[in-house]
Amino acid sequence: MDFAFSDDQDELRTSVRRLLAERLPAERLHELADQPDPAGAYGGYDQGLWSDLVGLGWVGVSGPDGGGTFLDEAVLLEETGLALLPAPLLSGVIATPALVAGGADPTRRTAVAWAELRGPAAFGPPGEIACRADARDGSAGWLLTGTKSDVVDLGAAEQVVVLARTPEGPGLFLVELADRPDPGPVIGMLDTTDGTRRIGQLVLDGVPAQALAADSPGVTTILGAMRRRALAGLALESVGVAQWALANATAHASQREQFGRIIGTYQAVSHRIADVFVRTELARSLAYRAAWFVATSETEPDAVDPGVVDSACAAAKAAGTEAAVVATEAAIQVLGGIGMTWEHLAHRYYKRALASRTYAGTPAEHRSTVAAALLDG
Amino acid sequence: MDFRDTPDEAAFRQQLRAWFAANLPQGWADREPTPGLEDVEFMKAWSRKLYGAGYAGITWPKEVGGLGLPPTYQGIFLEEVARHDAPGHIGVIGLGMAGPTILAWGSDEQKARFLPPLLSGEEVWCQGFSEPGAGSDLAGARTRAELDGDEWVVNGQKVWSSYAHIADWCILVVRTDPEAERHRGLSYLLVDMHAPGVEVRPLRQITGDPEFNEIYFTDVRVPRESMLGRPGEGWSVAMTTLLHERGTLGFVLTARYESLLGRLVEAVRAERPDGSRAADDPLVRDQVGQLAIDLEALRFTNYRALTALVKTGVPGPEGSVAKLHWSEANQRLSHLAQEVLGSEARLAGGFWGYQQLRSRGNTIEAGTSEILRNIIAERVVGLPRSR
Repeated sequence: MDFAFSDDQDELRTSVRRLLAERLPAERLHELADQPDPAGAYGGYDQGLWSDLVGLGWVGVSGPDGGGTFLDEAVLLEETGLALLPAPLLSGVIATPALVAGGADPTRRTAVAWAELRGPAAFGPPGEIACRADARDGSAGWLLTGTKSDVVDLGAAEQVVVLARTPEGPGLFLVELADRPDPGPVIGMLDTTDGTRRIGQLVLDGVPAQALAADSPGVTTILGAMRRRALAGLALESVGVAQWALANATAHASQREQFGRIIGTYQAVSHRIADVFVRTELARSLAYRAAWFVATSETEPDAVDPGVVDSACAAAKAAGTEAAVVATEAAIQVLGGIGMTWEHLAHRYYKRALASRTYAGTPAEHRSTVAAALLDG
Repeated sequence: MDFRDTPDEAAFRQQLRAWFAANLPQGWADREPTPGLEDVEFMKAWSRKLYGAGYAGITWPKEVGGLGLPPTYQGIFLEEVARHDAPGHIGVIGLGMAGPTILAWGSDEQKARFLPPLLSGEEVWCQGFSEPGAGSDLAGARTRAELDGDEWVVNGQKVWSSYAHIADWCILVVRTDPEAERHRGLSYLLVDMHAPGVEVRPLRQITGDPEFNEIYFTDVRVPRESMLGRPGEGWSVAMTTLLHERGTLGFVLTARYESLLGRLVEAVRAERPDGSRAADDPLVRDQVGQLAIDLEALRFTNYRALTALVKTGVPGPEGSVAKLHWSEANQRLSHLAQEVLGSEARLAGGFWGYQQLRSRGNTIEAGTSEILRNIIAERVVGLPRSR
């Protein structure tokens, strides 16, 4: 048994952390998060930084030419959470199983259009995703029609993976966004609380698409893999977000003086920070556990029980995203008035934490998955 | 990262399972749970069996009767204990605290004298740290030891000492230099609990059981060499004990929590006299989900600490995280059991009634939650010291 990342993965972590700290200082993050979305020119992500990530081989790591697994992506996601990276890395990681199945390029900026509505149960288990979008196979190839209202990173994407229903059952398709087909998809960006990860609405009316997977059992397997990646990925990112909050609350409490004493020496403050540390460490344990199960379920499918993998992902998602919310709320409290200002980064992390908590199932939904594994059957 | 057993680890686990199958008492799995005090003779006999099979002191050096295996094997052992709901070793203080401290600070003679009977369960250890005036603040200990010829003469009182009523030996923190600054005046003795002048008075806990004790020392004579470290080094030696207390305790506590959660799940699934099931209540389900998540979080935090232990050889302060969270999760678990039982929970003597009361001690014993938060804030997170 070995519960640590490898030396190579530790080195990867150091390199990513260094690059992101250098490239995403506070003022740059604020600038990106506040960019508007004028028609056809979407804001909120860093194109130059993305190109560098691709150049360094940190995008599509678990794809055919990536040379890595989800465990390496786990390291990246924790670090991009810590840096609040405004770029569609997580969406690409989620899309990878579909892209790989269809021979598409996982290093392009990719969004995933699976849920049609926002709200509870939009991201249920594969068989339960409500899907009315329609795919027809005609003389001109596949044409998609439907509306997807919860497409994360849509504005930043060059391509979008779309879940649509064929006469034989659900299928996964790829719609080109950079080099728009005719008739093209209509993109409407929504006013998203988290300016570093924006949501869009995708309207398709007979839009040409490439089939990534259209046979029913295959699609269910791929959707299951995507869902696990989403849950584990959000958990890992959230650990990074919580870590940022812990570090910043600690730094402030270590130098701010009131009543002639450093406020971090007051136990009302230090114990709250200690609790944030505990929650973050527990969430980290669960996120790493989920990461290993996801990676192993992909590289050695027979080695792990799928029910355990799903339960591990649900546990990590529930605890990780809750920890990030608790940690960022504690940071705002410890920071005091400055934590409530637009100019401090705390609200950017808080907004990411809140968004991740409700994206792909709420903590209560995931606790219910874990409970069902124990109480039913 | 690979959570699976290596071939050697898998072989060890297989061997252990076969051993449990052959050696667990007849009908062990179907027994009625007996909360509270353990049957001392049974526990001693079981400990002797464990020792005979090599399962006591798995990580300890072979020279002193251990197996000399890496900490991962201790983790596997504790997992299997939980899986079989097997009884533990009687040497809770000995294996977890006294033994590792003797290994770290003891002379070869001390190791040879004390460790084998500790492992076999023949000699039981207790801990004499807390005093009426020095609980969390151990450096305030006032129990005195004065040198008289070749012997220390000990006078004072210790309290909250589990196992003292059945113990043969005590790890005792005493003040040997009343003039020195608080921490520097302390020393660490190994005291024979059968020596004249040692008196143990059981304290009845809120459960009704006398699980811990007061120990009175009146002119107790202890050989001069029966000390760990030198006079005045008692604080450092005691810190070794506490580090190990919280370092390896995580696995034991998590294993117990797992078995408790299993019992709770049974109760939640069971049909109640009116035909209803707690498992149909969404609020109960949500709490069960959270408690199960807590279990996995604890388990994998222990594992991560284990990997750190394999690399550095010393348990890190992260053990405080597991202890703190376990104690609170265990209390939440007990609360939920009360709700599941409903009015039935008012009857004394049941498993969950005992558990509800006993669990309140979890946030006090082995470092109160307040002290653990101080440790985490100051030594792990790095906030400035509050004192």
